[in-house]
Amino acid sequence: MTPLHDQPAAYLVTAAVLLAAGVFGLLRRRTLIGMLIAGELILSAASLNFMALNRFTAPDPAVGQIFVLFIMGLAAAEVAIALSLVIAVYRNYRSVVTRDLSELKG
Amino acid sequence: MSAFPGSAGIVAGLFALALAATVGGALLAVLTTRVIRSVCGLALCALGLAGLYYFLHSPFLALMEILIYIGAVCVTIIFAVMLAEPDEPPVEAPRPRTRLWGAGALLVSAALGAGMAWLSVHTPWSVPAARLNDGSVPAIGVSLLTTYSLAFELISLVLLVAILGALVLARAGRTPPPT
Repeated sequence: MTPLHDQPAAYLVTAAVLLAAGVFGLLRRRTLIGMLIAGELILSAASLNFMALNRFTAPDPAVGQIFVLFIMGLAAAEVAIALSLVIAVYRNYRSVVTRDLSELKG
Repeated sequence: MSAFPGSAGIVAGLFALALAATVGGALLAVLTTRVIRSVCGLALCALGLAGLYYFLHSPFLALMEILIYIGAVCVTIIFAVMLAEPDEPPVEAPRPRTRLWGAGALLVSAALGAGMAWLSVHTPWSVPAARLNDGSVPAIGVSLLTTYSLAFELISLVLLVAILGALVLARAGRTPPPT
């Protein structure tokens, strides 16, 4: 019997749990920063999936690591942009609760 | 076979610790009401993910995960938490519609996670016949500067645009100081 850390299923199920937690947070959170954190969890789930399949099934083990590096860079850029948007929204509305940001509602 | 008798148990314990930190951090990040605890959950989740990357034969990405997620992303979110007041307002008298929405969110995410988990357990993953390289840091560097050099340059451009865009966006609404 192979130990648990040598089975791809352990990592893939963990990634599925991360994805579920991220989707739940994205639907449930009522502030912009909470939704941003949930989005980061979804990106982490994708990274863990890439790394697990890279370790167990890919013929070239460098490709998955490079892809995950790119995901990390894009996540950092996304956080910078999203947080500056949050700051701008807070300056205009004095709130980051999504229910208050409904000026375009007909 | 191994160096000393208890090593398999120690490895299994470390792996369980990394798994528990990842899952517990993710749950903490989505279930608490205060945003600062949520950020701490994200940091714990990143720490556990770094452990999992170490078990996946990639210490370089474990280091990068800690450096970028805990050192950059969490710290940036904490800066925004200090500048805005992001705590969720307390729900006064939870209405049935709010409860229905929460139950729906739980149902959707649980179905998605269970479906993905079922698929990943029941798919016969094929083992590759041969590896092209060993996936070490020199192999990553060679790939980055040969095959993926265009993407490597593009992501530096994306980061530059993100920095400039963040500066412009965060500066736009600022009122001039009274003279």
